[in-house]
Amino acid sequence: MLPTFNNNAPITPELVESHGLNSEEYAHILELTGRTPTITELGIFSAMWNEHCSYKSSKKWLKTLPVTGPCVVYGPGENAGVVDIGDGQVAVFKMESHNHPSFIEPYQGAATGVGGILRDVFTMGARPVAAMNALRFGAPEHSKTRHLVAGVVAGVGGYGNCFGVPTVGGEVNFHARYNGNILVNAFALGVANRDGIFTSQAEGVGLPVVYLGAKTGRDGVGGATMASAEFDDQIEEKRPTVQVGDPFTEKCLLEACLELMATGAVIAIQDMGAAGLTCSAVEMGASGNLGISLDLDKVPCREERMSAYEMMLSESQERMLMVLEPSKQAVAEAIFIKWGLDFAIVGETTDDLRFKIHHHGALVADLPIKELGDEAPEYDRPWIAPTPAAPLSDIPVLADPIEALKTMISSPDMASKRWITEQYDCLIQGNSAQLPGGDAGVIRVEGTQKALAMTSDVTPRYCEADPFEGGKQAVAEAWRNLTAVGATPLAITDNLNFGNPQRPEIMGQFVRAIEGIGEACRALEFPVVSGNVSLYNETNGEGILPTPTIGGVGLLTDWTQMARLAFANAGDVIILVGRTGTHLGQSIYLREVHQLEAGPAPSVDLAEERRNGDFVRSQILDGCVTACHDISDGGLLVAVAEMAMAGGKGADLAELSNASAESLFGEDQARYVLTVRPEKVAALLESADALEIPAMQIGIVGGQELKLADNHSISLELLKQTHESWLPGYMSGTKA
Amino acid sequence: MKSAVLIFPGSNRDRDIIRALEVVSGQKPALVWHQETTIPDVDLIVLPGGFSYGDYLRAGAIAARSPVMSDLQRHADRGTRILGVCNGFQILTEAGLLPGSLMRNAGLNFVCKTVQLEASNANTVFSRQYQQGEIFDCPVAHHDGNYFADARTLDALEANNRVVFRYANGTNPNGSLNDIAGIMNETGTVMGMMPHPENLIEELHGGVSGRGVFTSLLEAA
Repeated sequence: MLPTFNNNAPITPELVESHGLNSEEYAHILELTGRTPTITELGIFSAMWNEHCSYKSSKKWLKTLPVTGPCVVYGPGENAGVVDIGDGQVAVFKMESHNHPSFIEPYQGAATGVGGILRDVFTMGARPVAAMNALRFGAPEHSKTRHLVAGVVAGVGGYGNCFGVPTVGGEVNFHARYNGNILVNAFALGVANRDGIFTSQAEGVGLPVVYLGAKTGRDGVGGATMASAEFDDQIEEKRPTVQVGDPFTEKCLLEACLELMATGAVIAIQDMGAAGLTCSAVEMGASGNLGISLDLDKVPCREERMSAYEMMLSESQERMLMVLEPSKQAVAEAIFIKWGLDFAIVGETTDDLRFKIHHHGALVADLPIKELGDEAPEYDRPWIAPTPAAPLSDIPVLADPIEALKTMISSPDMASKRWITEQYDCLIQGNSAQLPGGDAGVIRVEGTQKALAMTSDVTPRYCEADPFEGGKQAVAEAWRNLTAVGATPLAITDNLNFGNPQRPEIMGQFVRAIEGIGEACRALEFPVVSGNVSLYNETNGEGILPTPTIGGVGLLTDWTQMARLAFANAGDVIILVGRTGTHLGQSIYLREVHQLEAGPAPSVDLAEERRNGDFVRSQILDGCVTACHDISDGGLLVAVAEMAMAGGKGADLAELSNASAESLFGEDQARYVLTVRPEKVAALLESADALEIPAMQIGIVGGQELKLADNHSISLELLKQTHESWLPGYMSGTKA
Repeated sequence: MKSAVLIFPGSNRDRDIIRALEVVSGQKPALVWHQETTIPDVDLIVLPGGFSYGDYLRAGAIAARSPVMSDLQRHADRGTRILGVCNGFQILTEAGLLPGSLMRNAGLNFVCKTVQLEASNANTVFSRQYQQGEIFDCPVAHHDGNYFADARTLDALEANNRVVFRYANGTNPNGSLNDIAGIMNETGTVMGMMPHPENLIEELHGGVSGRGVFTSLLEAA
């Protein structure tokens, strides 16, 4: 329900509440304004002070994360994080959620999620070169799941493919706890010159504030406020607050912005994301210690009779705000006209530190610009430490390891995601070195031998059982996946998806997960450079599994040194690096084979993680390794099966013929499977031994079957068919 | 080989094609913006992949009415070699330079994968580096690649060996009639193809079998 368009409408307690502001927050607003706010001002406060924009529940804890390191150029606080990749170049990346809109309208919600994150990256002057997405859906048998999968995947592909960025990685999980609240976390990475980075910080008084891109409509009015509310059964009524994406305009906006940036005309730039014109203008002024005055009569609109309130809160997509060098105005305008985009001077920077909005000749808002951001509420919400899951009492006996393997690799979480990834263009730009299906996506940095590796990781069932260990594990797995392709991990972006922070047990999950993430980041020297928090992911009072998604980025100085997971040569020796598996708590094996979601999460020994990973990376870079895969979901045998399927080569795993469920399917951390040529085995085992790293031969690559023992084997063909058939069958409606 | 690449708003495999032309011919192509009215004298004009004008209305339909298209027609009449890849193929059919049309993929989804192509006619300026009947890998990435033409047009294409590339070994990804992946005009100077040979030209791509299209043209120049 939109409030009245009359700027002087009476501000009732109901109106305040419907803007997501509580009475204390409203009292603080009265203090700052010294009078009753206008409806436009109330809207501006609600946009700036909601959870999504202000991080009011999470700020206290986010501050504890490590955000600096030798490679960090810009940490959190900018549109995206920036890390140095040598030769005067930087990688710019971030991950962001678009959960609530994607549940309501899956195609547009997911599409605009991708659009938003791409814009964050090119706003900083970087051309996007890769994308990933982490998707979490409800149980396959839930009535909405198939529709949501189809819509979200089409939306992600529809936007990214048209924009022209390769999607090189991601995750897809299914769990009943996402039935009423799916997660769509979109990641984008761009490359720029270090001296060509742009920020939102405006400098200089009396400079033109320019509006660029698409026109403003009523779509998304109140979107950021929606993202900060819990769902109930009436959520479908919120559909009008979902924005509509236009990837064609975004592609034109990208080219126009990069062309304009190259002319030296841009002083400051900010994309219009959540709460559109409000957040972008306030951010530009506040970070530059300037006021901003806007004349809404100049804003290009696509609908008639829009009120100031609507214009300030619209989340229409593909829009930018810039502060321009006045002498270059004509150049700038010509570039935007060439690309068919709107260009309008809508205001100027001022020296009074006020945020002034004019509409139809009247001053409709006049607020202190710094306080809009700086004085946003910050809460130290009460939290209670989660109780870690109880130890497993008795573990069922393993009947047939091959049958167990088949059950696991055809389960929704583990089955091939080819049906999804083939809908994403993973080749465009011609720099893709490793495609979806590997441990990490890898993109060559154009014109160099360098390559950037990226991965998205979190194991929500671990986080539910133990948020602290789960937070650690998410970071460690990202680090491990980058290591497994031979990359040196550089930094992460974190996308923290949790339930309602006003419930102490949810806040406890959040706090402990952040502590785990922080500990792992410090131990692995893997700082956080950007991120996003998505709270209130609940429906009818039940929260999602705590899901702190970690997007990790690493660097290969020479892409030809990269490792892949596919078995390469018959006769290669298969080696397990790391300890023998012992941990079945929260494993895929227990869940899929014995229908048991129980036990503690595996703990991560960060020193061991680092020791084993540094060893594996050095072996890869020395050219000793012919294939490498980290061990995660499903444990050792699943890892080996994935390597066999990818390489079209079987394996004889004689050393595992009598192995226990723990050693075959345990999800102990800090482990890898490598293959090496036979003549290199002794040297590798010797170097591992010298570093006190457990490493043992477990089999030989070859043949067309995966064989543990004479009565325990499976043909590659059947293995692949089992792995590949679940998702296409499900989406065609022939399976639950 | 002198070449030119036409750029439409929404072209997005332009950089891929430009690099392929540079790598293979050693010369940078001229870039021609869609609003220009003259295309320089070159040996080859390429219409790259992408989503010109967002593929709104129909894929390629709006781009086919761009100012630059009348000079493209003039070049076509003169016999300048013209290659349309993916969206470029769609634009060429919309402009009437090639027959038939490219409909929504039979599976209704965008599809990005490696398929196998057969050089059905290796006696053209676009394919002479392949052996007749040679089968090679090539990636596709499109939403509207389902080639359709009426029976008479198809008969004419087949009778005159104008099907240059065909999806092979059951890898037709989009439902195209007669497994058509690429066709040429009557005079053999204009070709459109849905697959992306420009994305398979170096070791990084895992193979170089897409190079043949460009080396064929280079030899012809």
